[in-house]
Amino acid sequence: MENLASNYSHIKGWGIDADPKNDPTYPMRKRSNDTHEGYGDWERPTQQQPEVEVLHSTERPNLSSVFGTSTPPSGLSGMIRRMAFKHSENQYRHWLPLILADRINVVEGIIEDFKSGKVPNIFAEKGMKSDMKHDRKGLAEKAAIVSLAIAAIVVWKYGKKSGSRKY
Amino acid sequence: MLAMNYRGPLRVRIDEKPMPKIEHPQDAIVRVTRSCICGSDLHLYNGAVPDTRVGMTFGHEFTGVVEEVGSEVTKIKVGDHVLVPFNIACGQCAFCKQELYGNCHESNPEATAVGGIFGYSHTAGGYNGGQAEYARVPYANVGPTIIPEGMDPDDAVLLTDVVPTGYQAAEMAGIQPGDTVVVFGAGPIGIMAARCSWLFGAGRVIIVDEIDYRLEFAMNYSQCEAYNFKEMDGDVVQFLKKKTDWMGADVCIDAVGAEASGNTMQTITGRKLLLQAGSATAVHWAINSVKKGGIVSIVGIYGPTDNLVPIGNVVNKGLTIRANQASVKRLLPRLIEHVQNGVLNPKGLITHRIPLEEVSDAYRMFSEKQDNCIKTVLIPPSARM
Ligand SMILES: [Zn+2]
Ligand SMILES: [Zn+2]
Repeated sequence: MENLASNYSHIKGWGIDADPKNDPTYPMRKRSNDTHEGYGDWERPTQQQPEVEVLHSTERPNLSSVFGTSTPPSGLSGMIRRMAFKHSENQYRHWLPLILADRINVVEGIIEDFKSGKVPNIFAEKGMKSDMKHDRKGLAEKAAIVSLAIAAIVVWKYGKKSGSRKY
Repeated sequence: MLAMNYRGPLRVRIDEKPMPKIEHPQDAIVRVTRSCICGSDLHLYNGAVPDTRVGMTFGHEFTGVVEEVGSEVTKIKVGDHVLVPFNIACGQCAFCKQELYGNCHESNPEATAVGGIFGYSHTAGGYNGGQAEYARVPYANVGPTIIPEGMDPDDAVLLTDVVPTGYQAAEMAGIQPGDTVVVFGAGPIGIMAARCSWLFGAGRVIIVDEIDYRLEFAMNYSQCEAYNFKEMDGDVVQFLKKKTDWMGADVCIDAVGAEASGNTMQTITGRKLLLQAGSATAVHWAINSVKKGGIVSIVGIYGPTDNLVPIGNVVNKGLTIRANQASVKRLLPRLIEHVQNGVLNPKGLITHRIPLEEVSDAYRMFSEKQDNCIKTVLIPPSARM
């Protein structure tokens, strides 16, 4: 505060009403004014060395000292993610492609399962056993809707065929 | 080791995965003893959080026994039983120095608006989570806290997120003695926020949800009034105004976030068409139900950047809005005290204990609110012996 005051001495009345208690973020933010010194003024922890591809926001100059390495970008979804990370977090051009990449990634996951000789059991993955135990009615309704849909498709196909025979 | 594996929206399974390893000198590896499924995991489960990659392990609420530590770890040692706060924080950056551990700048390269969180997509740093037999815990000198002698591990695991988040929701609400507090959402966090509002001197606590069993649970656990917005005659805001002498509440807490139902327009634009980042129904209700000059406290999770929020009413009503991820480490000493003195009883929220191997069914049950589920704890096979 003292230091800052000399910087602003040309502005009459600067800081005259400043009251540290007049901070709506109290007690979450303990005022230290360290952030005025800018990015990286703190003693940064040891840098983790990236062994896999790690994307970073355009709103920071580098990787954080520590990061996760759970699932590096790969395949088509990875290409889209790399493109998304060329844009700021402030933009749809960052977030919408990421959502698209997530959807593509699901298909890639199924392909990867088959490639490694695993047939994904989607019924089990969706936790349908829990429905069987706790929501038999809901499950029965779902089953009914599915069989109705199949019946409708059959009727529609059959109807089309019989229609085409007329001409 | 066994670990939960995300395969796409509404699809998760248990798989054999490689053991985590020390990747940084301040890392620790813990053998997980408890991990929870959190309401905010449902945003991931539904595929609503951008950059949630297939193959990832979720889980940001867990306890475990330290198995291995990196060369710079001094505060915990092999064999310690620790609770692990959901935020990954370095303890050194400008934000950690202000005790804003939920806003650390050295734990998430992928986004600057949110800090690193275990098992919470690449938008929160790309870390695998604790719904597994083992987990990598970065910055092991900062977050992990040795579970005090005699504390029930079921109480300890809820100190990683639910209790601090609920408590901070009440703290941010700046509750003055006698204030009327309305909490939107009777999930575990909302229930805890309602309970903690009394600790700050609330005079009246009201909770609003759409599911009767959750409201009944909240009414008993948090000793508050509980109302179902589906059974209100008329609009929810109008109902709450009437209940508060036509003035509005002093404080409103949003403990719902982007999965909110209750408003068709928000549901369609936010959750179906994805024109905004999830539905902002709860924050909408909070802003409109609070008294002029009141405070809105938000701990519900919203997606990045775009939401239709009635900001005009915030200006016209002169509101203060406060929001954050909980700063777990800052709050822990006080909350451990509250648990030890019996002021708070976190494990009272746990309704289901499920083997980790049944993770698919556990997610389904929690997501579909089956079997009167409030809070689920997953127990890995190695912790059941
Ligand atoms: Zn959580
Ligand atoms: Zn930090």
